[in-house]
Amino acid sequence: MFDWRWDFVWEILPRLIAATGNTLMAAGAGYLIAVILGLVLALAQRTPLRPLTWIVREFVEFIRSTPLVLQIFFVFYVGPQFGIRLDPWTAGMIAIGLHYSAYLSEVYRGGLESVPKGQWEACASLSMSMRQTYVRVIIPQALPPSVAGMGNYLVGIFKDTPMLSVIGVAELMHTANAIGSEHYRFLEPFTLVGLIFLAISLPSAGLIRLFEVWVRRRVGID
Amino acid sequence: MTYSEFLAEFGGRFLDGSLFTVAQFVLSAALAIVIALGFGLLKLARHAVARGVATLYIELFRGTSLLVQLYWIFFVLPLFGLTLEKFTAGFLAVGMNLGAYGAELVRGAVRSVPKGQWEAAYALSMSPARRMWRIILPQALVLMLPGWGNLLIELLKATALVSLISVTDLMFEAKQINSTTFLSIQAFGTALVIYYIFARFLLTPLMRWLERTMARRIGKA
Repeated sequence: MFDWRWDFVWEILPRLIAATGNTLMAAGAGYLIAVILGLVLALAQRTPLRPLTWIVREFVEFIRSTPLVLQIFFVFYVGPQFGIRLDPWTAGMIAIGLHYSAYLSEVYRGGLESVPKGQWEACASLSMSMRQTYVRVIIPQALPPSVAGMGNYLVGIFKDTPMLSVIGVAELMHTANAIGSEHYRFLEPFTLVGLIFLAISLPSAGLIRLFEVWVRRRVGID
Repeated sequence: MTYSEFLAEFGGRFLDGSLFTVAQFVLSAALAIVIALGFGLLKLARHAVARGVATLYIELFRGTSLLVQLYWIFFVLPLFGLTLEKFTAGFLAVGMNLGAYGAELVRGAVRSVPKGQWEAAYALSMSPARRMWRIILPQALVLMLPGWGNLLIELLKATALVSLISVTDLMFEAKQINSTTFLSIQAFGTALVIYYIFARFLLTPLMRWLERTMARRIGKA
């Protein structure tokens, strides 16, 4: 009953490894969007414009409480209804980037709120501009407490990339599915995908912990 | 087709799908809670082997994707002679995955119960089981409820993946309606709003209420 075939493993491994590259690329690109857009969403919630703050707040809540896979379908299929055709990669990156930007904005918000009020007042009394205040004083102090959360979501986005297979992004899961249906064998491809995920996510979680320690020391907290 | 016509025609199917989503949610949440308690406490055990088993389970399920686990349970387990129905495979995968995250919550909460509580129970010569059940867990529960609020929302969202093995949940119905009508914004938009209402206006208030009630019962409010 334990019908594991090593020859089949060696046959499909190169294809899976190539697809792992796509998975990492998807995770990286999605994360880049999320890191930048998340900061925009976090800062937008700190403006004195009440309606804007409220809209962004509700938007973040909405994104965070609905399933990513549904959002991926939404972005992919709604465009064509208005004559905009998105290829699977673009749609996937928009959806996953947007989803995680909502999570990252919460991480940044926590970081920004952890900066003592006196720091703001000190900047004001030195008549620093808003830009200077953020870039030189607030963000460097808000960053270290945010690093742990940012790292967790980097691993999180990596683990969520298989959902992109539903719209045909040729990442790891999609490739394993294709191999499985070509050869009528799902045992090896699906097991290998699991192992590849473990082999990447466990060490990265460890590396992120190390990076966290390094950042804290660098900024002079420890 | 106006939106009200759309709802009149497909409302019933959204409702059917929602019922399946609720069923998947309730079953997988129950499973996740049991697994979280079991492995969370096992991770605090004195025996290294017991701790090792818990660590293995938690890292295995947190280190890979839910979708990979779901496909594995549904497509690979039958090769080992264990064929599960799609509905069962769905809530098993979701519950086992989120249970691993829950185990960390349980472990953290049990460990943050002040040491004096353990010592007091010991001084009253309570058995370890009784101490855990009567003294430690009730206090740990209050500590971990906010974490469970977030986790249950993640769990609700995770149930959408069972549509990929053709469980006819809300997500599945939205996909079907989209592929027959091509009214994507209505089909997926409606499903998004239903998930949102469920998470924000049912689940979140329920958890808040539970947090308040438990805190009061333990005399901390």
